[in-house]
Amino acid sequence: MTLSFVFDASLAMLTIAVACYAVVAREIFAAVAAFISYGLLLALVWVRLSAVDVALTEAAIGGGVTGALLIGAAAKVGNSGSSADPAEWRVGTSLTAILCVATTIGIAVAFLSLPQQAPTLATLAVKHQPSTGLGNPVTAVLLAYRAIDTLLESVVLVFAVVGVWSFALDRHWGGTPETSRVSNSAGPLVFLAQLLPPLGIIVGVHLVWTGATEPGGAFQGGTILATVWILVMIAGLVAAPSIDRPWLRFALIGGPALFLAIGVAGIAFSGAFLAYPEGYAKAVILVIEAALTLSIAVALGLMAIGAPARRPHR
Amino acid sequence: MTIAIEAFTILCISAGLCFFLAGSVALLRFPDTLTRLHALTKADSLGLGLVVLGLLPQTDSFLAATKLFLVWAVAQIGGATIGQMIARVAKDENPKP
Repeated sequence: MTLSFVFDASLAMLTIAVACYAVVAREIFAAVAAFISYGLLLALVWVRLSAVDVALTEAAIGGGVTGALLIGAAAKVGNSGSSADPAEWRVGTSLTAILCVATTIGIAVAFLSLPQQAPTLATLAVKHQPSTGLGNPVTAVLLAYRAIDTLLESVVLVFAVVGVWSFALDRHWGGTPETSRVSNSAGPLVFLAQLLPPLGIIVGVHLVWTGATEPGGAFQGGTILATVWILVMIAGLVAAPSIDRPWLRFALIGGPALFLAIGVAGIAFSGAFLAYPEGYAKAVILVIEAALTLSIAVALGLMAIGAPARRPHR
Repeated sequence: MTIAIEAFTILCISAGLCFFLAGSVALLRFPDTLTRLHALTKADSLGLGLVVLGLLPQTDSFLAATKLFLVWAVAQIGGATIGQMIARVAKDENPKP
């Protein structure tokens, strides 16, 4: 029994224990805190599986931004979720629990019945990697082989923002979201918000740029840029934008729109939807990633600060 | 020389782990938010600082050492900020002499 086995086993058990606690915790904030810890532990699990790209995404989105969204939601909802009719609540919870357990067992059975030599596309992916000009096989999969998945993911983010905005009251439409939630204890937060952005912006842009050759990419970098934006907004250093600003709308749809336009251009120039011109694949991919990063950062930032809650001032 | 470096690393990281352990025990045993916070922030900054200090001689490039140092610095700033904010909220909610 080696030391790394002991570490992996403890990590796995800790992750499962924290996941269970997030489900059974009575208090909503305790559940959210457990969920955030769970996201960070899961990032460690991915590192142990040598999937650094996934680990970065899990830490940034699963632990970070989702955590911020859940804290915001918990603060708005309070504990009113548990005040529903107990009998009805129990039926719903039991049904959910049964479905979740069934799904887990299903996945476990499927995993255990895999052939010893699992079918893999890894060799094919690596073989054709030089034609994309990229050094990171994960980026090659995300933006070349399975670009359609990434395109749809980036469109989903736009829909998510529209979903958040649709909670706005009619009279607030076109106005600004409320962000001054922490004003009474904001001194140190303001200092942090003044100190961190330069570092955050460098790390975010670096993650996108390095994604072509090493772990990183638009989602990870975009998330870090989004958190910088969220930080300066909740510290009150930068006002939240009115949601009817044209630049905001363009930044939000710019990435998916450019991605889609290049995909359609592929039909004309390279003979297939999302086919990149021979020899220019890497340049095209970097342009798409740059636009996607901006859109992802804006979308996540807008989701975190929520629906407009103040009238537009005209 | 190598033995001295290894000994330095082991000593520093062990000391760092002691601080983390003390912080965790304090989190469980101390009576209220402010004392827990006091123990935790000290343990975090010093513990992580000692672990990073112990790892510095094990790095093979200046860049890697800088990254380690940055990790500590950012954790330090983040921890201090969160500590201050939690303390202010705790004080507002439960004003005591």
